[in-house]
Amino acid sequence: MQDVTYRRPATLQEAVQLLKDNGPTARVLAGGTDIIVMARERRRDTSMFVDIKAIPELTGIRFDASEGLTLGAATPLYQIYRNETIQRLYPCLVDSASLIGGTAVQGRASFGGNLCNAGPAADSIPSLIVLEGKARIVGPNGERTVAVEDFCTAPGRNVLEAGEILVSLSFPAPQPNSGARFLRFIPRNEMDIAVVNAATSLRFEGNNVVAARIAIGAVAPRPLFVPAAGAALVGKPLTDESIAAAASASRDAATPIDDMRGSVRQRKHLSYVLTERTIRDAAHRARGEALEH
Amino acid sequence: MSNRIIINTVINGEPTEFLADERDSLLEALRERIGLTGVKEGCNNGNCGACAVIMDGRLVNSCLVLAAETEGANITTVEGLAKGGELTPLQQTFLEDAALQCGICTPGFLVAATALLEQNPHPSEHEIRYWLAGNLCRCTGYDKIIRAVQHAAERSA
Repeated sequence: MQDVTYRRPATLQEAVQLLKDNGPTARVLAGGTDIIVMARERRRDTSMFVDIKAIPELTGIRFDASEGLTLGAATPLYQIYRNETIQRLYPCLVDSASLIGGTAVQGRASFGGNLCNAGPAADSIPSLIVLEGKARIVGPNGERTVAVEDFCTAPGRNVLEAGEILVSLSFPAPQPNSGARFLRFIPRNEMDIAVVNAATSLRFEGNNVVAARIAIGAVAPRPLFVPAAGAALVGKPLTDESIAAAASASRDAATPIDDMRGSVRQRKHLSYVLTERTIRDAAHRARGEALEH
Repeated sequence: MSNRIIINTVINGEPTEFLADERDSLLEALRERIGLTGVKEGCNNGNCGACAVIMDGRLVNSCLVLAAETEGANITTVEGLAKGGELTPLQQTFLEDAALQCGICTPGFLVAATALLEQNPHPSEHEIRYWLAGNLCRCTGYDKIIRAVQHAAERSA
């Protein structure tokens, strides 16, 4: 690895100052599972690691029944999927956290890092989108909040300006009769990059779907929020026809590429299939039913 | 010239102070500065698990941790498993079940499986396979490894 300095600031202000003073080659270090490799392989010119894990706002899980859930952006995945509140109220986050990398990567990697890397196939981002995640950002010019679906701008690119840090991710308190599900297709059982992934959140009042959010990944330059797919479900009971309409909307929104992981045709097809399956599973969860798999 | 820093840790139960470059990975520090060469470098990018260690109770790949991050940390490597020259049940079943061929992946498998059994003393085969999915064995000895972990779990029943 090239020569680097290591800093472990105790406050956000200190971290922002370090990033500001040291320019674009000063890199935020959370779990390090991507940035350490990129620095070692010289894919990112790196002069300084600013380790943000000692800053209180950046780690930990806070839940309040009216305010909802706030995750420090650097909270490691294993803490997320072992948290009983998250298991009970936000199982869609467990779906994502428990299949990113292997066990040793989950000991370090975080949703914040996954989001900042802005990979089109990132396995947390569809879940963060459908759960209405909001990204709290602090930088030299103060603070702002960005909806997760607007955070990524292109492969490896995001909305963070020079000196800005993603501090936390917040989610509203779950509504009654709501449920969400994330699924990924890979050709093996674990430890692979998604050919396509998808997430759906649903809320029912009586028999009618009153809110639905659907997002798909690995089918566009950034993880894709598909409002048209959710809209196909809202205002009516969930039926095979409405599910087919939503899944078709996902397939139509997908603009995938051909690569070694899958073809355009396969990815379009998978966008349909995974949308359908996540809708059915989200509905099971909304009704308090166990999933079949 | 990278800065050198002094780091205080507890490694395999022993308070350990060492000097490292700020750019050193924990893997480099363990092998080259502390002499714990049981920790193996395979891919050096987080895919193979040969460098797995337990850090403050969680399994990590030491190639993906900076030595500088370990100030105050408690670290267990494969060298810390056997106590007083006596192998753990898991190490014993790895030998009995011939759960290794060339052996370079073995320290990572032993450390990862130790971390599994600490938090889940009686894992299913499915749980063992998923937990160890981040450890690669080029000699394809997976079935024997899984069986060795199952036998170790049975023995601690």
